[in-house]
Amino acid sequence: MPWHRRHLLTIEELSLAEIDQIHATAAAFKKILQRSVKKVPALRGKTIVNLFLEPSTRTRLAFEMAAKRLSADVISFDAASSSTTKGESLRDTAQNIQALNADMIVLRHGAAGSPLYLSRILDIPVINAGDGAHEHPTQGLLDTFTMKEHLGSLRGRKVVILGDVLFSRVARSNIHALTKMGAAVTLVGPSTLVPHAFTDLGVKVSHDLKRALEGAEVVMLLRIQHERQGTSHFPSLGEYTSMFGLNKARAAWLDPKAIIMHPGPINRGVEIDSELADGARSVILEQVSNGIAIRMAVLYLCADGRPEAVIAAD
Amino acid sequence: MPSLWIRQARVIDPATRRDAVGSLFVRDGRIVSSLTPAERKRAKVIEANGQVACPGLVDIHVHFREPGQTHKETIGTGSRAAAAGGFTTVVCMPNTSPPADNAGTIQFIKDAIDRDAVIKVLPTGGITVGLKGQSLAPFGSLKRAGVVALTDDGDCVQSNELMRRALEYARMFDLPIMDHCQDQSMTRGAVMNEGVMSLRLGLQGWPNAAEDLIVSRNVILSAATGGHIHLQHISSANSVEIVRQAKARGLRITAEGTPHHFALTEEALATYDTHFKMNPPLRTEADRRAIIAGLRDGTLDCIATDHAPHTDYEKDREFDFAPNGITGLETALAISLQVLRRKNRFSLARVVDLLTRRPARVLNLSAGTLAPGAAADICLFDPDEKWLYDAKAGFSKSANSPWHGQTLTGRVKTTIVDGRVVFARGRILA
Repeated sequence: MPWHRRHLLTIEELSLAEIDQIHATAAAFKKILQRSVKKVPALRGKTIVNLFLEPSTRTRLAFEMAAKRLSADVISFDAASSSTTKGESLRDTAQNIQALNADMIVLRHGAAGSPLYLSRILDIPVINAGDGAHEHPTQGLLDTFTMKEHLGSLRGRKVVILGDVLFSRVARSNIHALTKMGAAVTLVGPSTLVPHAFTDLGVKVSHDLKRALEGAEVVMLLRIQHERQGTSHFPSLGEYTSMFGLNKARAAWLDPKAIIMHPGPINRGVEIDSELADGARSVILEQVSNGIAIRMAVLYLCADGRPEAVIAAD
Repeated sequence: MPSLWIRQARVIDPATRRDAVGSLFVRDGRIVSSLTPAERKRAKVIEANGQVACPGLVDIHVHFREPGQTHKETIGTGSRAAAAGGFTTVVCMPNTSPPADNAGTIQFIKDAIDRDAVIKVLPTGGITVGLKGQSLAPFGSLKRAGVVALTDDGDCVQSNELMRRALEYARMFDLPIMDHCQDQSMTRGAVMNEGVMSLRLGLQGWPNAAEDLIVSRNVILSAATGGHIHLQHISSANSVEIVRQAKARGLRITAEGTPHHFALTEEALATYDTHFKMNPPLRTEADRRAIIAGLRDGTLDCIATDHAPHTDYEKDREFDFAPNGITGLETALAISLQVLRRKNRFSLARVVDLLTRRPARVLNLSAGTLAPGAAADICLFDPDEKWLYDAKAGFSKSANSPWHGQTLTGRVKTTIVDGRVVFARGRILA
């Protein structure tokens, strides 16, 4: 099946076939990454600009690494070094990047919907690297890719997403990916951060950690943001940890073969005990590694790459 | 000034319960019941050919941005947009720069009106100094300067104590208080209605409870003080019900609904189009229906546009960063006819009433009637004509309309102010 999408803006708009296609392409790239020569000439001569208007370590590095593995030229810049600090609008910044002959923009932005906005202005592909509390599609893709590596098909598998779902773009992208892939998703956390309205997206909402974790094959933790503490959303990090922090005793409620995931950055001792984060069931660093293959796949496909060429070559 | 003889019009004047095909006469800028044969010979004849002739429309909620934000709109351009939309009287909000919270600024605005306006523009003054919600503005000197109401529109008065005193103090001057009902502690960072849609889009939600609380507060304070509060742009079904109960108790509460809140819902935000970003936000289908029901049974007294011009470069931004508001004067009649008359079977006279007599009555204005002796402020429109609305070719300085590029039904043909034709054949003649 040829790939038709120029932009990757959300998982919500992807079909299951498209998700599978990205995963298959990523699997092929992952094999290449395990060779001694990790580079392919797929995007030689192309220039990718990472426009990161919100802080990021993991995602930015993974996108840079992915672009380099594809032999693209990559330029990254952040809010502090861009003219947005001089009051330049996003439209003008992006149009300038396009005028400099960039072939693709990877955008991280604090305002939900801004990748869609840019995609309507620019002629070049726009890849969403996280927009506000909306979506973080490559994270959802790499998370489900990692789950598939461990569990095979996700159909009917019980996946729990635990933590600050309300403000999480990672949660939203995973919800869309997982429901399309047929997983049984339960969101759990404080009622202020996991409102009932999420059930409209085809998931269960629970505030009972034990019942939610029982028999789950995947638990994905979300970072509890320090800045929410002391606002009206929850009383304190201490109270959060005592109610919803994942520790060894609580992890015993999970399916014995369950994997523990976290998109990072981790607050050790808050949403997860250190020993679990580093333990045998943790796949947190695999997620990071898989992030490169997924981003290679996305960059390659949206730059007009032919998926069959990569998948066949491997 | 020549007399006018408007012939073969469907004259609709809810104030005098007139709805019949016939003639409308104007002499010396006023409506008269007839002209003598000699006067008819000299009169300027307007053949209405069955078009509706109604009182010039009245909008008690517009933003003309002067002084201080004249890149968005001026009293000159805003009043032209109003004339093109059939409006002959509008009430402009005081959130200018500087805010209209003192007699000097009101006088500046009145000078601009005298110089530039092609219709009747009436100023309001702030409830609080700087619209900051801290201390009362000088109502007495504002009244003397000519304001018709007091409001901190856009910045709801948060202090219950201050609102209570404002109501008590305003009674002395017989000035209505208009309030934009929003509990700000519940809407920090909010850019759209709170609900499933805001969860999906990852945008911060503005719960209708934040409106309902202040509507309730205002009902309680109106009852306690006997003061008149007008509730601006009601957007939530609960608020409509609270107003309905307050009216059943005979309280001095009035309320308005906007065309966008009865025509559109939050579903329009699926693509983050900032032309659907306003405050209060578009809400759900149930809320939209409740507003229509409120306009039907009189719970909501009138239609008001909240005409809020912004330049293209201000609106053309990330959704979070774009300003709230849309223009409305040039589309209000067509949208009202489409939604209320065509889709919800309001009579033509009822729609006219909601845009003329009723808004005038809310603020005790002498506008909104074709009774003999009244100022000859007249709107002629064809309720069935289809036309393509091009916001960029409109008369407002800004083009931030959600209806840009759409075919609308119901078109203003002629607008007359004090017996002078100010808008006809698509052009401003003033």
